[in-house]
Amino acid sequence: MKVILGGLAQPATSLANNTGTWRNYIPVFLQKTCTGCTICAIVCPEGCVYSVEKKKFTFDAKYCKGCGMCAAECPVDDIEMVMEEK
Amino acid sequence: MEKHLFLAGHTACYGCGEALGARLVVDAAGPNIITTDATGCLEVFSSRWPQSAWAVPFIHSLFENSAAVASGVEAALKAMGRQGEAKVIAQGGDGGTADIGLQCLSGMFERGHDILYVCYDNEAYMNTGVQRSGLTPYDSDTRTSPSGKVSWGNRYLKKDMPAIAAAHGVPYIATASVAYPKDVQSKVKKALSITGPKYVQVHVPCPLGWKSDPALTIKVAKLAVETGLYPIFEMENGVVTKVRKIPRPAKPVTEYLKLQGRFAHLFKKGGGEAEVKKIQQIADENIKKYGLLSEAAEKVAVEKE
Repeated sequence: MKVILGGLAQPATSLANNTGTWRNYIPVFLQKTCTGCTICAIVCPEGCVYSVEKKKFTFDAKYCKGCGMCAAECPVDDIEMVMEEK
Repeated sequence: MEKHLFLAGHTACYGCGEALGARLVVDAAGPNIITTDATGCLEVFSSRWPQSAWAVPFIHSLFENSAAVASGVEAALKAMGRQGEAKVIAQGGDGGTADIGLQCLSGMFERGHDILYVCYDNEAYMNTGVQRSGLTPYDSDTRTSPSGKVSWGNRYLKKDMPAIAAAHGVPYIATASVAYPKDVQSKVKKALSITGPKYVQVHVPCPLGWKSDPALTIKVAKLAVETGLYPIFEMENGVVTKVRKIPRPAKPVTEYLKLQGRFAHLFKKGGGEAEVKKIQQIADENIKKYGLLSEAAEKVAVEKE
């Protein structure tokens, strides 16, 4: 990465951080009863949950910290948090 | 991934309400903005040099001067005749807004700059290790207001920041909560459509400082609203114009308090009931002051009977 002097940083460069390594639990998107309400994508503090198609959501494992907010807020319990084995 | 203006890879704790709040605000505001930020969690986790999680111009200077820097940005845009090109958003945490940055914020309001000030209220100085701020709620256990044999935690009431802003004659003031993301975004959009200084205070849970389960961030935020402890309203030209109604009957504050370790001492130590009653009284006063209880739900309840 190119470093600029003077306390400046290029925009959108945080994407280089693998915050996914912090994770203990990993969400599993079952994609069974999903209604496509998009709540999981809205509440994710990382903004790393996205839809692949209608009523089918997934997440970016590079950034997911495993907080479990998507699973806690899913109104149809279509997301499970499981211990991740590394 | 979906396109956001506040990006992943920031180093906020897991379950951070502030990271969610910041993303909601900048996504609603759109790409044509210039943001400033006070020192605090948001600045630390989003702009860890040499990286930045912001896809929009972002300036951090000091703890106290987010509003002053934004004032300079706005004045510069005006001087160059480019004020239509970008909106200015000043941001700060509760400490950087209600305590340390209050005089700069007051100046910004007084001079009538065309700036939206967003306060992310996580109710203590979380960045430096949970010290009490002017917006820390009553009886909250923090490092500088610890609960103990004699103390019940923070003995002061939460500062009424919207009222302070209203006293400056600010045309648009709103409170919001990350529990209602669409509400946050519509308030930001509405604020940006108004000329002059604007103040929006967003309630953002902090699992680290509140000692709550990171997965329950939204639930905790929602309970703060539903118990009446965090009234959500809009104030235009000093008059409350819109209030988020809560289901009747309002939930007891114990439901909200029990989810958080910062209030755990209220349920462990003898005499805690009296303190819980005081907190319930704060909620009841809010409900009365803002008329929070919904009338529709009352009708539904009557029909059920």
